[in-house]
Amino acid sequence: MSVLAEFYARHSQLIDQIGVNAILALSLSVSLQAGQLALAQAAFMGIAAYVSAILALNAHWPLVAAIIAAVLVSTLVAALLAYPIRRLRGIFLAIATIGFGEIVRVFANNLNVTGGAEGLSSIPSDATTAVIYGSLALVALGLLLLSRTKFALAVSLVREDEYAARGVGIDVGAIRTISLALGGAIAGLGGALYAHSSFFITPNDFGFARMEEILVWCVIGGVTSPLGAVLGAALLSILPEVIRFLRDYREVTNGIILLAVILFAPGGLASLWRARRQRAARVRS
Amino acid sequence: MIWQQLLNGLFLGAVYALFAVGYTLVFGVLDILNLAHAAIFTAAAFAALSLAAHGIPLPLAFLLAAAMAGIIGILLDRVAFAPLRRRNAGTLVPLISSIGVAIIIGAVLRGIYGVDEQHFANAGLEAAPAIRLGPVTFTTVELTIFVSAIVLMVVLSWMLRATALGRSIRAVAADRVAAALLGVHLERTIAATFYIASALGGAAGVLVGLEYNSVTLDMGSPIELKGLAVIVLGGMGSISGAVAGGFIIGAVETLAIACGLSEWRDAITFGVMFLILVARPVGLFGRRSLRQA
Repeated sequence: MSVLAEFYARHSQLIDQIGVNAILALSLSVSLQAGQLALAQAAFMGIAAYVSAILALNAHWPLVAAIIAAVLVSTLVAALLAYPIRRLRGIFLAIATIGFGEIVRVFANNLNVTGGAEGLSSIPSDATTAVIYGSLALVALGLLLLSRTKFALAVSLVREDEYAARGVGIDVGAIRTISLALGGAIAGLGGALYAHSSFFITPNDFGFARMEEILVWCVIGGVTSPLGAVLGAALLSILPEVIRFLRDYREVTNGIILLAVILFAPGGLASLWRARRQRAARVRS
Repeated sequence: MIWQQLLNGLFLGAVYALFAVGYTLVFGVLDILNLAHAAIFTAAAFAALSLAAHGIPLPLAFLLAAAMAGIIGILLDRVAFAPLRRRNAGTLVPLISSIGVAIIIGAVLRGIYGVDEQHFANAGLEAAPAIRLGPVTFTTVELTIFVSAIVLMVVLSWMLRATALGRSIRAVAADRVAAALLGVHLERTIAATFYIASALGGAAGVLVGLEYNSVTLDMGSPIELKGLAVIVLGGMGSISGAVAGGFIIGAVETLAIACGLSEWRDAITFGVMFLILVARPVGLFGRRSLRQA
């Protein structure tokens, strides 16, 4: 038991990070599963991080209340964003949402209430490991339950063939709006937890580099299942620590692993596991 | 004052345009967004810096660095895009593999040059004489940069219109399968496209490095996303559109500074981009894509 306690004491920061990253990856996987390459997750995360930090710092709101308010705001922003971008697909959707993210970052950089380029510091670090993993479990369970509903069936039909989906009477616009809002809610949860577990935040924490990172976790893990997103986030958060001994070659290795997975495991790491299970099932039958 | 700002906008716009032309060329031919373009831009600036430090004259260093960037572009395609092309991987996956290559290039540059800002050695850039022309002032370096960017874009547009290679590139952009059936060598044409696009992106990198006499690891990150705004404005895949878009964004940004809105400059740029995508996804000039170059 003491071994575990010692391990936790040494790595608690990384463990918390993994939990937050997994939530962020899940948020993107929701819109990717609806076939939307909407890359505004870092912006939703940032909006919620700032809202919850400002409520905690200026109005002394307790953690849970601040998180709930932040999630409501990011959900609302995501739902509103869905309207102007409703006709955009593929790369065009990706670019528009990247642009939205940059606009949010400029606002964070220039408003007084967000502390400008220096950001906000002394945010109460009250999001404990239990809170973070409790939230992660809640999100994962929620998505799992959701995946067994008719809604999930409609989402996958919209992804595979939008015209067919329209043909059978599915309101594609509503599906897209709900997925984006749900993604915004989960990203907001991740952002609020990020703010409350990292003491200070700056606008650059929520820029395009963060968005790229979240996207990479999702694709490496596998975009077709929530499990893949969590797996990708966890593995790629741990990887830099594991290959620390490579020192200067660490980032090169990071890039090479990324490329190798893309080239040799097209469906992400989760698909490798699934393929093995299917092979095993074939052998048995 | 306003003339000086407009001139600054012209200089800035020329470099944006040169960067964006390569970005949009790859998109026009392959329908992929190459997120390693900015990394190649940075790599070329560092290469020119090293060559100049070894006593090679700047104009030659500029050309060699651009040529090297072109070769990196071909390698990028072989490693990150060609395998995905063979299995029709769609648009999302190539985006990620180009991020992978960008990470590798960035890490290698950091390993070689460290994280500090670098300057061109003994290039005499500070001592460049200023030219006065009526209400405006500019340096010979700025003029050279502007002229080089324009010349490169004119050569590209002539090449696409009048040469056999240009016709192949346009044919592949229009319809890859039909082009292959009609005898266009697909892989060779795509390799040439990557060479040209990356050499132009690299040239832009060297010119930006010279303009501010400063080369840094993250010099590519602002232009990476602004390049997106430029090619959206001009219509994705349109060369002439990217050139026009470059000058428009350059002018918008310098005017924003002139109006005292310099902190909000990027929000204006991306706001314009967002509105164009929402209201007119084909860009300001309609459907003039690479196909009609």
